[in-house]
Amino acid sequence: MQTDLLQEARRQAEICNACRYCEGYCSVFPALHAERAFSDGDLTQLANLCHNCRGCYYACQYTAPHEFDLNLPQALANVRQDSWEDLAFPRAAGKAFQKSGVMIALAAVIGFAFLFWAARALATQGGEGFYAVLSHNAMVAIFLPAFLFPLFSIAISLRRYWRQVGAQRLKAVHLVRAFGQAANMRNLKGGHGDGCNFEDGDRFSQGRRMAHQAVMYGFLLCFASTSVATVMHYVLNMPAPYPLWSLPKLLGVSGGLLLVVGCVEMVRLKLRADTLLGAQGAFGGEIAFVGLLGFVGLSGLVLYGLGQTAAMPVLLALHLGSVLALFLLTPFTKMAHGFYRLAALAADAQRQ
Amino acid sequence: MTSAGTNPDVVVIGGGNAALCAAITAAEAGARVLILEAAPKPYRGGNSRHTRNFRCMHQGPLGPLVDSYTEEEYLADLLKVTGGKTHEGLARLAIRTSEACLPWMEEHGVRFQPSLSGTLSLARTNAFFLGGGKGLVNAYYRTAERLGVEVVYEAQVTHLELDEDRITYVDYIRDGQIHRVTAKSVVVAAGGFQADTDWLARAWGPAARNFLIRGTPYNRGVVLADLLAQDIAQVGDPTQCHAVAIDGRAPKFDGGIVTRLDCVPFSIVVNKDAERFYDEGEDVWPKRYAIWGRLVAAQPDQVGYVIIDAKSLNLFMPSVFPPIKADTLEELAGKLDLPAEALAETVATFNAACGDTSGFHPTELDGVATTGLTPPKTNWARPITEPPFYGYSLRTGVTFTYLGLKVDENAQCAIGDRPVRNLWAAGETMAGSILGQGYLAGFGMTIGTVFGRIAGKEAAAHAN
Repeated sequence: MQTDLLQEARRQAEICNACRYCEGYCSVFPALHAERAFSDGDLTQLANLCHNCRGCYYACQYTAPHEFDLNLPQALANVRQDSWEDLAFPRAAGKAFQKSGVMIALAAVIGFAFLFWAARALATQGGEGFYAVLSHNAMVAIFLPAFLFPLFSIAISLRRYWRQVGAQRLKAVHLVRAFGQAANMRNLKGGHGDGCNFEDGDRFSQGRRMAHQAVMYGFLLCFASTSVATVMHYVLNMPAPYPLWSLPKLLGVSGGLLLVVGCVEMVRLKLRADTLLGAQGAFGGEIAFVGLLGFVGLSGLVLYGLGQTAAMPVLLALHLGSVLALFLLTPFTKMAHGFYRLAALAADAQRQ
Repeated sequence: MTSAGTNPDVVVIGGGNAALCAAITAAEAGARVLILEAAPKPYRGGNSRHTRNFRCMHQGPLGPLVDSYTEEEYLADLLKVTGGKTHEGLARLAIRTSEACLPWMEEHGVRFQPSLSGTLSLARTNAFFLGGGKGLVNAYYRTAERLGVEVVYEAQVTHLELDEDRITYVDYIRDGQIHRVTAKSVVVAAGGFQADTDWLARAWGPAARNFLIRGTPYNRGVVLADLLAQDIAQVGDPTQCHAVAIDGRAPKFDGGIVTRLDCVPFSIVVNKDAERFYDEGEDVWPKRYAIWGRLVAAQPDQVGYVIIDAKSLNLFMPSVFPPIKADTLEELAGKLDLPAEALAETVATFNAACGDTSGFHPTELDGVATTGLTPPKTNWARPITEPPFYGYSLRTGVTFTYLGLKVDENAQCAIGDRPVRNLWAAGETMAGSILGQGYLAGFGMTIGTVFGRIAGKEAAAHAN
């Protein structure tokens, strides 16, 4: 990892440790105040525990122009971003995609092109609905590896993370606590429950927390929709298409709406927020990622709406292409942060 | 500039806690309020930026505060630190009103948090602001803006024109231009004069030029001097300031909380000649840190050096600068620019005077003392033997000055024996009315909040 980023985070953490005024904002400060000296692993853990709520920045009496020049949200974001690039497997892909919006867009276009090709090359005469464009077996052949590879990659990364931060054996109770904190985004509540500082200087708002949860739960609902459909297909022998009042459709449509609304709001908030309080150079990669995620949701909804029209084959290729890009890029884009965040929360649960 | 800008009902001079409490209270009473803050926006808030809590009376659990803290106990704590140099009527007023302040603060955006790690002793008496004083200041500015209060930053007030018993106008400089404000009521909440080194040197003596100022560089006492020159009643010892010993490497201004050093009780402290000069173990540090400002101020070049060894390093809160580290005392002396032989002799003499250290207890008066040593060390006296050795330089850090405007229970200023009809004061600038000497943690914010609200209420009532 980059020593200059770690060194700057260490310098700032030592000042915070002498002050402690921000103790109540989030999980970072109680963890920080428990140390006297900060190893690289300690800083990596603190960085991944930080949700960038920015409460500490606006409350800090040592921000520029003060000579101590504190900007802990940025210092930790830089370490966090660097840790994701560094821990990624393969590492080169982490370096390529984390910060680069252009590379993410390029990957999405390649995803579209691949699906168009697949639709032409692997079309079946006998299939119904979507399967007329791309057979079920072809879809599985494409998406099963595209789903398993990211899981494999992230498992390796999390193992590396766990070692680097010096965490102990994971117990169920740690995971329960981590999931509990992620479920309500406790660390974006600001300690007092008024929310975080993001889109309007030192004003506290629930805006980012709400947008984040819309994205997160929207994605999870979409994921649940696909999972349920898989079970219906293979276990219950009930192949698609499904009517509106079926579980896959109800989950998928509501999830898609949440995902789209959340992504639009998240981009709006990010455009209004001060980029100097986030990871330097990562803005393009973040916006492109949120854009891709929103496109997955939007294209899914449009596909549902226009599935009976002549536009369907094109829409299907676009939707599946974006899903393919999203899955394959999961370990190398902002998508990975959820896994690291859970790991950091679980490791923090061991401290308590 | 709008009409409120040059012709408000109430003009508040200053932009810290007391000023904001006054402005918010006046605006809620219907007054058009203008705040003139000398600092630029990033440095707004005066010394309130560096505060962290508010000492609050309470009959039962209140907000973050546990148990109860009665008026009598609070007053007794205050009298202990001021040695009786306290206006009891005003002190009781501040203490009694503090209880209603806490919910008022919450209603106006301030958020509290449990007592910080390392400050458990204050969990019952002091309510900590979430994010510290700057968080409080930010919340109040938000509230003030919502109420239509106008704020001008970098507005350095130079003169208040007194006509018999009324302030007729206020002049301030901004961007090199002189502006004149005519207001019905004037509230002064512009702090003390500690950031004016020349004034400090005139009051204290030339040694004060070597003092560091823990808080804002904008409290230069310009308004205070202007009013005192016009015979507005004054209070407080004009030669005195509240000072503590802080890390000698701290910046000249605005170093704040992180420059404090809590290691003195586990150390020996020497001057630049490597001689000890006071009992480092007289009492627990929170009760003694204030006298060390003066002790260091009395040493040559106003500097002291804390010497500890490896076994004491983790017994105190970390501070912003790492200690100077050396494997031998000789090397440490070199790094601290102390005479090596003298330091070795001082340490050897001290070590020889240490006795049985088995009763050592870092958080209690343990009675582990030296024998036959002058000055003695009466607690936590353990020989300094275990390398590596660590050193910090100490300098005097000024927190605030005592000279101020004398006010009555309405926060109103006076000239001779009659009140100035439209002039009120709040916060540090009048704290000398209550704090004759010493300091009680969190009491400055109590004075600012209580008298700020009173001043705002009275100023608005007068304007209406």
